[in-house]
Amino acid sequence: MAKMTLDQLRALRAQKQEELEKRTVEGKDIQMIVGMGTCGIAAGAKQTFDAIVAALEKHNMAGKVVVRQTGCMGLCYVEPTVEVVMPDMPPVIYGKMTSDVAEELVVKHLIEHSLLDNHIFDRPAVDIVKH
Amino acid sequence: MAYKNFILVCGGTGCESSRSDEIYKSLISEAEALGVSHDVQVVKTGCFGFCEQGPIVKVLPSESFYVKVKPEDAHEIIAEQVIKGREVSRLLYRKDKKAETAKLEGIESYQKQFRIVLRNCGVINPESIDEYIVRDGYRALEKALFEMTPEEVIAEVKASGLRGRGGAGFPTGLKWEAARKSPGDIKYIVCNADEGDPGAYMDRSTIEGDPHSILEAMVIAGRAVGANFGYIYIRAEYPLAIERLKIAIQQAKNYGLLGKDILGSGFDFDIEIRLGAGAFVCGEETALLQSIEGKRGMPRPKPPFPAVKGLWGKPTVINNVETLANVPVILTRGAKWFASIGTDKSKGTKVFALTGKINNSGLIEVPMGTTLREIIFDIGGGIRNGKKFKGVQTGGPSGGIIVEKDLDTQISYESLTALGSMMGSGGMIVMDEDDCVVDVSKFYMAFCVDESCGKCAPCRIGTKQMYGLLDKITKGQGEEADLVKLEQIGKAMTKASLCMLGGSAANPTLATLRHFRDEYLEHIRDKKCRAGKCKDLVVYEIDPIKCIGCGLCARHCPVPCITGEKKKPHVIDGSKCIKCGECFVACKFGAVVKR
Repeated sequence: MAKMTLDQLRALRAQKQEELEKRTVEGKDIQMIVGMGTCGIAAGAKQTFDAIVAALEKHNMAGKVVVRQTGCMGLCYVEPTVEVVMPDMPPVIYGKMTSDVAEELVVKHLIEHSLLDNHIFDRPAVDIVKH
Repeated sequence: MAYKNFILVCGGTGCESSRSDEIYKSLISEAEALGVSHDVQVVKTGCFGFCEQGPIVKVLPSESFYVKVKPEDAHEIIAEQVIKGREVSRLLYRKDKKAETAKLEGIESYQKQFRIVLRNCGVINPESIDEYIVRDGYRALEKALFEMTPEEVIAEVKASGLRGRGGAGFPTGLKWEAARKSPGDIKYIVCNADEGDPGAYMDRSTIEGDPHSILEAMVIAGRAVGANFGYIYIRAEYPLAIERLKIAIQQAKNYGLLGKDILGSGFDFDIEIRLGAGAFVCGEETALLQSIEGKRGMPRPKPPFPAVKGLWGKPTVINNVETLANVPVILTRGAKWFASIGTDKSKGTKVFALTGKINNSGLIEVPMGTTLREIIFDIGGGIRNGKKFKGVQTGGPSGGIIVEKDLDTQISYESLTALGSMMGSGGMIVMDEDDCVVDVSKFYMAFCVDESCGKCAPCRIGTKQMYGLLDKITKGQGEEADLVKLEQIGKAMTKASLCMLGGSAANPTLATLRHFRDEYLEHIRDKKCRAGKCKDLVVYEIDPIKCIGCGLCARHCPVPCITGEKKKPHVIDGSKCIKCGECFVACKFGAVVKR
């Protein structure tokens, strides 16, 4: 995009906000967000990312899910972390999501709509931006 | 099959010890007994960071947050919430209205953490400017460019009470004002991202998770003081942070949020990255400026302060990453909102890197005024392996150790200084009974010896001398007079050093001398290190009663100095032993003892 004016910036924000509210990215309504700060990457987040993509392919879910990255949310002791946001399920943050549990996450949470025991963690604080 | 409810039972160490496992089992059996096991899934989770009120149970999707739950409550939770869809109000967490709601105006939460600086970390994709923009990104810049005068921006930052998060706590608004008032057509904004304390990674994570917030704040600062150019000074050992900053700068340039005529306002601002080679002293602002200028990083006396005479002799504002990350929020939410958080003199929040012997190590952000006990025992989930808390080091090599009796102190710049420590940049290292205070002091002093730039004598010679004395004590060759010497040198360094590196290098030693003098004396008089960390004072022996003569220790001994016949007690030859501790780890019968 070329350089913006004030009005263009505001329009862009409004348009993106709307997209966000629909909770769809690229027309896909499930988001898997992998924590990729230095701590996450050191704990194997890149491998987890790849394993998730592979598991989605294997279970024919790739068309519905967008896998994204984010920074460190502060839960360094349970990295890698993966947040799953999808319709009909509460948003959940999973910790200790090494590549070997990635497929289990896809099958249980995305397909069977159940949570994974012993991997759930709480978002550490309320979101001040939404309030 | 689809569950309608999910019950999350905290499986953190604290809650586990108060019967959360029984609660988990009762919930499952109650769900079965009442015939709703297909409607509800019960799962165990990690620590909620609220151990004081544990055991914690949270029900989704209603987000009901139950505290102090007992196994007997399982029936009611299932019968009421799952079957009838009503919350069990007597178990719901209610905040003590008097104490806390005022602090976080308008936001009700059970959580101890409150995120302003880290608002976007772990939420947005740091490599997407659009995601930042959606979450009010560059909204503060709009205000600063089109709705406020530079004086109003400065007034707002002043009114917020924001103080420098790099450690010293100088009011940010005053710094900006001084730079604005300094005469000169060329001025600079510098972001100090030279994070060097051992165990600290707040700035790295902030940049990695939300680089645009720093860029936005720098443009705002530029507008406020009348600067058109900014530098981000970051250490080369943060490759991911640098990469994301580069991406962010390029994106902002493409959108016209950096460069000439930003958003058509007529205001120009550009940012360049300068990589530091990783010298601790370059975190000191005057040394940092020298380094940007391409000179050897050494501090110079102040005044003149950088706000008057900084980079290439021009008025310069130097703000730390965390300080800057607060700025956009102050402009969008208002100074009043920001000032409502925190204590009297310390406003807003502070990010800490919680590490060491703690269950939940990680990056946390809490309102000023939170107690150390809440941080360590609630958010941090307490000490690892049920060991005893010994102290917490704040402020890294410039700070001091804070002990049990002071844990209920509310965190602020003043309170930590009063305890002989300091806020510092926010490293928080928790120590347990297995850590030796003399050894820790020696570690920090060794760090300061390495990192002293050598320009002034008190720091160059003082750190070296103190290190020598500490080393002597850990080797069992210390004398009681050494403690007095340590204190004398320490005080001289504190008073006479040119910059805060030397001025605070004695803090860890002086603080431990104050709180743990008996341990120092034990090293000197009894030649004993109770934590077993000082190698030269430790003696390994084999308990002949417990030893079954398996020979495992002898096979692990690298010297070797362990002898003995099969199935008969073995013996360690103390004169040859190098005290590596391999035998201690190898023995399965607890027969190797450390004294």
